[in-house]
Amino acid sequence: MKNHVLRPLWVVLAGIALLLIVRYFIVPKDFGVEKGGNFTYNFHRLSSNDDWMNFKVKYRGREYCLECHEENVESILDSPHELIECENCHGPAIDHPDNPEALTIDTSRALCLRCHASLPYPTSQRSELPGIDPHNHNPGENCVDCHNPHNPDLENM
Amino acid sequence: MSCSRRDFLKNTFKTTLASALPLSAFKMLSPAEVKAYTGDSSIRWVFLVDTQKCVGCGLCVKACKNENEIPYDPPITRTWVERYVLMKNGQVHIDSPFGGRDGYTDTKINENDIPSNQIAKGFFVPKLCNQCKKPACVQVCPVGATYQTQDGVVLVDRKWCIGCGYCIMACPYGMRFFHPVYKVAEKCTFCYHRITKGMKTACVQACPFGARQIGNLKDPNDPVTKVIMNQRVSVLKDEYGTKPQVYYIGLDTNVR
Repeated sequence: MKNHVLRPLWVVLAGIALLLIVRYFIVPKDFGVEKGGNFTYNFHRLSSNDDWMNFKVKYRGREYCLECHEENVESILDSPHELIECENCHGPAIDHPDNPEALTIDTSRALCLRCHASLPYPTSQRSELPGIDPHNHNPGENCVDCHNPHNPDLENM
Repeated sequence: MSCSRRDFLKNTFKTTLASALPLSAFKMLSPAEVKAYTGDSSIRWVFLVDTQKCVGCGLCVKACKNENEIPYDPPITRTWVERYVLMKNGQVHIDSPFGGRDGYTDTKINENDIPSNQIAKGFFVPKLCNQCKKPACVQVCPVGATYQTQDGVVLVDRKWCIGCGYCIMACPYGMRFFHPVYKVAEKCTFCYHRITKGMKTACVQACPFGARQIGNLKDPNDPVTKVIMNQRVSVLKDEYGTKPQVYYIGLDTNVR
């Protein structure tokens, strides 16, 4: 074969070889599919699964609170607010009591209004919740000044 | 060309032997062995949303953002709640300010006054990643950074994503967004770090009304599976063929 054909051919071959070498070093060793996986949807860095599994859990759930705060958990479970998780108002536990030492409790009016601002929607459960008109019902006041969120029964006010 | 009887027999024997060799590669497998080989997982995570139960408190959105370290103030979120108010004259009002993060506390929608005696229907629809069986977002990824796990959850490899944004364009549900801190594509993981530890997702745990539930479709005794199998459920944008795995109770034609 003539030189003008061979020369670019060598360049192309060298390029391909270089690409394969670079690829060998850059692509992580565990790149591939799990056993039984398919290349359309499962091709990935396998240890990425573990990265996601090891993500930090922040909301620990009521059972975690119960370990120390038995009295408070029981009081909420006896009230109409039994459906509400502790951490919805008290903030995520994370590693409490080590980190954070004390949780920031949300006692704001805005938090209560999430459910108790009356919305007149006939096909939603929202209209069945006890609700107020936030513009007329003591505007600007904090609900917790009068209502006890652990015992919100209006008769026990 | 001449061929002695000896050569003929020799060659025939060789050819037979050579052609028989690949046959030995085939092996009869029992169905159990096949199942083990295909790695058929015993888990398929699915989600069930009961729009009848949602009251639009937005505690799920708040919990999701805190749990998954999504910057709180930018208008990005892995899950959100939409409000639909259908008027008697056929007009439809839809909004989702900050994804419903702070709940719905005002009757005004997009600064419009809504006369309450004119409302025909009003309801809330929580949305999150549909963890499709055939995810369009995975197919378009040019580097293999997004993928489906064996238990059906679509994840993004933050170390490998180049941030090209193809998946953000491909998702028919507008589910994906760009993470401003990690500079990669971001999506709902069904709280993979929680469900693999036997916990509920942050949004399911935060919901006081049971509007959100997560379950394993391959477990016939799972309450979520029983509802999906035996009751009337629907999915969003079925026509895209992505086989979404978030099932809804009580959808309306106005919900897209």
